[in-house]
Amino acid sequence: MTAALDVQNLTTRFATRGDAVTAVNDVSFSVEKGRILGLVGESGSGKSVTGFSIMGLIDAPGNISAGRVLVDGVDLRSLNDEGMRKMRGNKVAMVFQDPMMTLNPVLRIGDQMAMAVRVHRKLSKTDALEQARQALEAVGIPSPGERLQAYPHQLSGGMRQRVAIAMALLHSPSVIIADEATTALDVSIQGQILAEVRDLADQMGTAIVWISHDLAVVSSLADDICVMYAGRIVERGSAQQVIEHPRHPYTQGLLDSIPARHTPGTPLPQIPGSTPQLSRLPQGCPFRPRCPRASDACTVTPPEDTKDNQTVLCHHPLERS
Amino acid sequence: MTDPILKIENVSKRFTRMPGLAERLVGKVLGGGKPVTVHALTDVSLSVMQGEVLGIVGESGCGKSTLGRVVSGIYAPSDGRVTLYDKPIARAQGGNVDKLTTQVQMIHQDPFASLNPRMKVGETLSEGPRYHKIIPARNVQQRMRELLEKVGLEGAYADRLPHQFSGGQRQRVAIARALAMEPEVLVLDEAVASLDVSIQAQVLNLFMELRRDLGLTALFISHDLSVVRHVCDRVAIMYLGRLVELAPADELYLEPKHPYTSALFASVPTVGTGKRRFEAIKGEIPSPINPPSGCAFHPRCPLAGQRCSVEAPQLSDAGTNRTVACHLNDGGVGKPLRAAA
Repeated sequence: MTAALDVQNLTTRFATRGDAVTAVNDVSFSVEKGRILGLVGESGSGKSVTGFSIMGLIDAPGNISAGRVLVDGVDLRSLNDEGMRKMRGNKVAMVFQDPMMTLNPVLRIGDQMAMAVRVHRKLSKTDALEQARQALEAVGIPSPGERLQAYPHQLSGGMRQRVAIAMALLHSPSVIIADEATTALDVSIQGQILAEVRDLADQMGTAIVWISHDLAVVSSLADDICVMYAGRIVERGSAQQVIEHPRHPYTQGLLDSIPARHTPGTPLPQIPGSTPQLSRLPQGCPFRPRCPRASDACTVTPPEDTKDNQTVLCHHPLERS
Repeated sequence: MTDPILKIENVSKRFTRMPGLAERLVGKVLGGGKPVTVHALTDVSLSVMQGEVLGIVGESGCGKSTLGRVVSGIYAPSDGRVTLYDKPIARAQGGNVDKLTTQVQMIHQDPFASLNPRMKVGETLSEGPRYHKIIPARNVQQRMRELLEKVGLEGAYADRLPHQFSGGQRQRVAIARALAMEPEVLVLDEAVASLDVSIQAQVLNLFMELRRDLGLTALFISHDLSVVRHVCDRVAIMYLGRLVELAPADELYLEPKHPYTSALFASVPTVGTGKRRFEAIKGEIPSPINPPSGCAFHPRCPLAGQRCSVEAPQLSDAGTNRTVACHLNDGGVGKPLRAAA
């Protein structure tokens, strides 16, 4: 069975005045039908750029310099602009953090959704509106028929994000990429949307890449997790493996710094320093200056180390005790 | 912990927007065009003990930030009063800042917005103390260096500009600026919300360290329940401008008594792989312009009864040092509004 999304050795670079910055560095992962992959990292780790690269939304001065992105076996990078337009929104769709990046503020919800339907399919406006209504229903929007008449500003933040997700669903795409899609929402609304997303994957077989900085959200939603640091995937495995037995010292450090895991009032274990600038990465392993396990060996780029399908990029991975 | 030093007594805050000329003209013909009032805070009473960290938790629109601003003297309350050592905190107006107001210092969410990008960090830190003559002029340089070191930065950083710092470092500067005024009370409004997890841990550690060393009293406003549990002694839960539950942190997390508190805890994702269901609170947060009748939570509450839609519950005792505003704790809710799910 071919994976719904297969990303191979994806590399995206941005040319700056002095030199080129590699925002996504040799990233590979695949997501099968009906599964959710959590892509976790701190700001500047390259998780969003990975999402944009998959969608082919990288503009100058950036460019995708290497790698393949296969959606249902079709290599998106081999397509021309016209071919890519046919895939975008149709086979692979994206949900952004801010729903107003997706929604046009001066169009009624129904009009813009019908437009999105008719871009890819020859349908009457009435049929397209019906499609839109069904999509709104699928993400749990009450009285979806009336909502079609509303303008985005008449909806709450949570409702707008649901509409954005509904738009991504219009063509039952094989792959949905969600970039911090619930970060701006309140926890009670986030809980509702996460439940809908899980159902989507389970019932419609959509493969979902869930990009987030929030380990708690990712761990409770995703089947598999990739942890990114300075443009690379440093750890990849099932959610259970990565959360319960992290092998990369960075993953361990991230998990340790979550307050809920410690007795209230006690000092939290912290990762020293801050995330490095991509233009000034240390030689070898980029985590080396902050890593408690670093040695001289770490000045050389670490090799991939796989054990029970859990892969880390580290010279000194943690072993199960 | 001894006596309360900060008292918030029956504070309400309303924001009223007057209609514009056009709206009034249209209103004359079609009706409407009346002033719109947002009830940001309704009858909130709290007291904070010396050396205590009180957490204020709630979702957007619950009034937690408004409360922080009223306490800091940025907003004047519409009703009620806030006192520090039994003296009312007055709102700062023009150049006349009451000495008392400077005793409450606020730390904001976004350290990229709260620091003046054109001012050297040393100037930012010393501006307040100089103006209010808190530190003798000849000691200012020395004091700024000490402050920077206290928050884990180097004294020499006083000559740098904000853009030379990372987010975590800027938040340290913001903390140093608040401490420079030698405040009695700190108000932290989502102070770690914009930081990455690894940096958040560093700043929380700093806060706990400072608290221990300086005996800080603080209001810690946050939407993040796990952060609040880690640093707070007591926690107040707010919903739509009202206080719904107040309890010592460990007891609250062990056994929440208000249905909203329970629902909020249930919807927070935790790190772990066992839980696969999200226990969502149904429905949306209502608008504070038009709050529901009776208990503001009743349209979303799984346990609501007929009494809840009519009568607003008052805070009542629910064990030692605990209060909750719910009819379940106060004679029952009457006939259930909805069938048990």
